[in-house]
Amino acid sequence: MEGVPMRDGYGQALLELCRLHENVVVVDADVAKSTRTEWIREKYPQKYINMGISEQDLVGTAAGMSLAGMVPFVSTYGVFLAGRAWDQIRNTVCYNSLNVKLGGAHAGISVGPDGGTHQALEDVALMRVIPNMMVVVPCDYKETFKATMAVYDRQGPSYIRFGRSAVPVITADETPFELGKAAVFRDGADATIFANGIMVYQSLKAAAVLEKEGISVQVVNVHTVKPLDAEMIAACAAKTQAVVVCEEHQCIGGLGSAVCEVLAQCCCVPVELVGIKDRFGESGSPDALLKAYGLSDLDVIAAVQRVLRRKK
Amino acid sequence: MMNELQQLCRQIRKDTVRSIYLAGSGHPGSSLSAVEILVTLYFTDVFHCFPDQPQQPQRDRFILSKGHAAPAYYSVLAHRGFFSECQLSTLRVIGSALQGHPNMEKLPCLDCSAGSLGQGLSIANGMAYAFKYRHEPQRVYCLIGDGEQQEGQIWEAALFAPQYQLDNVCLIVDCNGMQLVDAVDDIKNMHPMDKKWQSFGWHVIKTDGHDIGALHDAFIRAKKCKGRPTVILAHTVKGKGVSYMENQAKWHGTAPNEAQYKEAMRELSREVP
Repeated sequence: MEGVPMRDGYGQALLELCRLHENVVVVDADVAKSTRTEWIREKYPQKYINMGISEQDLVGTAAGMSLAGMVPFVSTYGVFLAGRAWDQIRNTVCYNSLNVKLGGAHAGISVGPDGGTHQALEDVALMRVIPNMMVVVPCDYKETFKATMAVYDRQGPSYIRFGRSAVPVITADETPFELGKAAVFRDGADATIFANGIMVYQSLKAAAVLEKEGISVQVVNVHTVKPLDAEMIAACAAKTQAVVVCEEHQCIGGLGSAVCEVLAQCCCVPVELVGIKDRFGESGSPDALLKAYGLSDLDVIAAVQRVLRRKK
Repeated sequence: MMNELQQLCRQIRKDTVRSIYLAGSGHPGSSLSAVEILVTLYFTDVFHCFPDQPQQPQRDRFILSKGHAAPAYYSVLAHRGFFSECQLSTLRVIGSALQGHPNMEKLPCLDCSAGSLGQGLSIANGMAYAFKYRHEPQRVYCLIGDGEQQEGQIWEAALFAPQYQLDNVCLIVDCNGMQLVDAVDDIKNMHPMDKKWQSFGWHVIKTDGHDIGALHDAFIRAKKCKGRPTVILAHTVKGKGVSYMENQAKWHGTAPNEAQYKEAMRELSREVP
């Protein structure tokens, strides 16, 4: 895939936030190059702290900074941030509703060659179960920028997850973005795909192919997994009566689960899940891994065809 | 003054045992060992706080990282005027501001919630860093248990404070030697504690954690130390003041029954020679 890495959007937004706000500070667990916080380190060295390889202390210290009036953006690999520091996030950041902004980098299997230990595939599940937490999974570089800017303006804890690899930029500066509001990226009548992260692009590609076969597919970008736009999800499902959910995350606990939690209570339609099927990743190129683990546009097409066969 | 504070400590011990007895659960041993530490902090010139305006930004901060000592802390806060002493009997009751472990949303005069061990020092460092960053004079105090030092995060945080010369951080270790099941030495021996902290770059003060004069002196020395954080290793007795609870791991987290409660009250009411 050609394009721009989402993490560049995160780094650009941090630069802008540091320029605009005295109280912003960027803390990182020795992966500044990967998370793009090295841009802050270069331009605003007084606002950047490398906390070292100590994620629990990273989150705890950020919590203290927040209690003393700073707005810390905490960045490291999502797998270690959401995993290693989960207790600190639950019992200190979220329990006290602290204004701590978490940035989980290297999300999903598209991290690629580093392999299974470095691919965050459970982080959305881990973060969305905690009360007070907002969870955002932007779809491209520009949306990552907007999401990062937007969480600054919302008081309280948030987790933004973004990938490592260059991915197509499918939104424009003027594309509307509002936290908590899902956005219809393509309208359709026969089935709805709810997607986030890089799977929005795969879903749009799939919808374009299906259109040629006479199948009209709606694609909805659900960038905010929590709080979920339940109203929009229910309305789309009621309209098309067939749902596919696509995410670069375990099917267990992620967007797919979140959508099913809504639909099971208000609108029972067939649902197919495209995501990682309860297993760990491995080393490989991002494209090869997406294909091998069932996250290509072809997998999305197959899922739409399956759900249409189940549709009454 | 000293005699008054000693009297106050006895009252706080009574409040602590009583509130745990009424609640039917809680951690008397760990609360009783920390009484003089908390009283010295809150009732001498050491700590700047504003009971009428608990959120005053200029206040010093205190984090009870060993959150299970909450009953003693609540009593100290009540006697200091942060809330009514009547509330102490609501400990651990549904709807109460006095949660089993401190919760700052329910009790807004707290500087932080606590309960999951090992987190307080990082939080203290974060606050202290922010004050230094803004060139503000507030100091941050954090109380941990000696067993709590088994948490790895403590040592991550122990590396951070000297790195950034956080001389506005004062950590107190309540060295009562016991944890929930056994003696600290028999589980994961933390000795030599002073050398550990020294080697991490801290200014170390060892003191008797039940001697208010010695504790006060330690806090003043900590304030005067520049360029590095201070840790006060306060040697205490778990369950201090109630003879049958002293140095007994089983009283870490057990509430007294009625007879035990009355016995404790008798002991704590006796005139000291």
